[in-house]
Amino acid sequence: MSSFQGFSISEKEKEGHFQEDNGHVDTKEEIGDYIAHHLKDAHDFHLFSYTSDSGERKHVGFSLPVIIWSSKGLVSFMSSEFHHDDAGRTIVDKKGLKFTKIHSKIYELDANATAVSFDEEHHATNAHKVLDFSITKSVFGILIAGLLMFLGFFSLAKGYKKGAIPTGIGRVLEPLVIYVRDEIARPNIGEKKYKKFMPYLLTVFFFIWILNLIGLTPLGFNVTGQIAITACLAIFTLIIYMTNGSKDFWAHTLWMPGVPYLLRPILAFLELVGFILIKPFSLLVRLFANITAGHSVVMGIAALMILLKAQFGTPTATGISFFLTLFLMVIEVLVAFLQAFIFTMLSALFIGMAVEEHDHAHDH
Amino acid sequence: MDIFNDFSIGLFAMQAFILIVLIFLLGKFAWKPILNAIEGREEGIKDALQAAENAKKEMQNLQADNDRLLKEARAEREAMLKEAREIKDKMISDSKEQAQLEGDKIIKQAQAAIEGEKKAALADIKNQVGNLSVEIAEKVIKEQLSDKDKQLKLVEGLLGDIKLN
Repeated sequence: MSSFQGFSISEKEKEGHFQEDNGHVDTKEEIGDYIAHHLKDAHDFHLFSYTSDSGERKHVGFSLPVIIWSSKGLVSFMSSEFHHDDAGRTIVDKKGLKFTKIHSKIYELDANATAVSFDEEHHATNAHKVLDFSITKSVFGILIAGLLMFLGFFSLAKGYKKGAIPTGIGRVLEPLVIYVRDEIARPNIGEKKYKKFMPYLLTVFFFIWILNLIGLTPLGFNVTGQIAITACLAIFTLIIYMTNGSKDFWAHTLWMPGVPYLLRPILAFLELVGFILIKPFSLLVRLFANITAGHSVVMGIAALMILLKAQFGTPTATGISFFLTLFLMVIEVLVAFLQAFIFTMLSALFIGMAVEEHDHAHDH
Repeated sequence: MDIFNDFSIGLFAMQAFILIVLIFLLGKFAWKPILNAIEGREEGIKDALQAAENAKKEMQNLQADNDRLLKEARAEREAMLKEAREIKDKMISDSKEQAQLEGDKIIKQAQAAIEGEKKAALADIKNQVGNLSVEIAEKVIKEQLSDKDKQLKLVEGLLGDIKLN
């Protein structure tokens, strides 16, 4: 995880170099910052920026609502009030409180402070983070994914009222639903109990897959690359398999039969750590790391166009970058599906482990 | 950039809330009807396949039955034809025999009649011959007796013969 240090916000950004050289991203550090910025969540929906002939920086996109829980309760305003500032310079005054945005996080300034002051490590000294329930870019992406799922699957469900064979988009979605049922749920959870978990598995599968795919579009979402999102998904899986554990599962986890009594508490500890910490952690990190890495590499390779310009000239650099990026994007499309599949598959596997009932005729 | 520092509780909460809503709504209005419909259809397909298999078997049975019936009918026809032929042959031979017998009988009767007629005719002829003979003999005798001299001569001749003896 220390490799992400490479994208840490450099000192230069504090000075606002985006403004200094018309927002051109043309050095290694700037590219690193740009990628790091993209990987983070954002409070406005930003498509691209350009500098007009008059030298004015223009941002294309729209602002999203900011909803925060401050020391004086719920406060909400549009993100446009920050004027695209992400370095704590613009102060928004609401309910007598001062808010600012530093690296995609909203801070509430201390009572008598008028501007943010930073310490050596670039941490704000006179402001603290607030609980941020904003409709951020990621939340916006989730809503779009949810909407797409509603549209697609409601129409599929409605289609069955007309006939047994779906038409239109349903023709594409139905085999996927059957795929999740027959390749993921049934073999891992078992014929008897899989039905109960189908809503969760299907929702999670399509949720992750759609968000992964949306992340590959130029809209620049990076939802499944947000640790909060993957953690939430993993915790859902954790809660589901912990609350649905069978008697056998708990017996085998907490008091493993057929093992010397002295070892049983140790085994129980290891099993619990495995189920409560390691398994969800592996779920959340796998998805997060794969998507983050994918986005970083695609953007980095795309940036070769700028970095190789000096050595190879614009056409060659663009060509190299184009084909490498194209190649990677194809892989990323595969990864988008694969990660959704793996997450759902492992969730089903863990649920299957928990709900399994052992046949005691041949005890271990 | 520490990723745990980057963890946004707000985003986590929003995601959890939206995910629950999604699972609930999709589960109720999409997954349940979709899975039920798919399952129903699969059952239908299974049943239809089974029915088709049954129908095929039934067809095969019917076909076998038909074949058997056809064979039986053919055999029956064959037997009937044979019987008819036999009856015909028997009838022909019977009638032939009867005709023969009848013919024989008629011939015998005819022969008997002819014999009877013949006998009668012969008897008649015999009678007539007898009568004629008697008449002739009468006439001859009458003639002979009318000539006395001749008679006397004859008698003399006869007497002469006797003397010789």
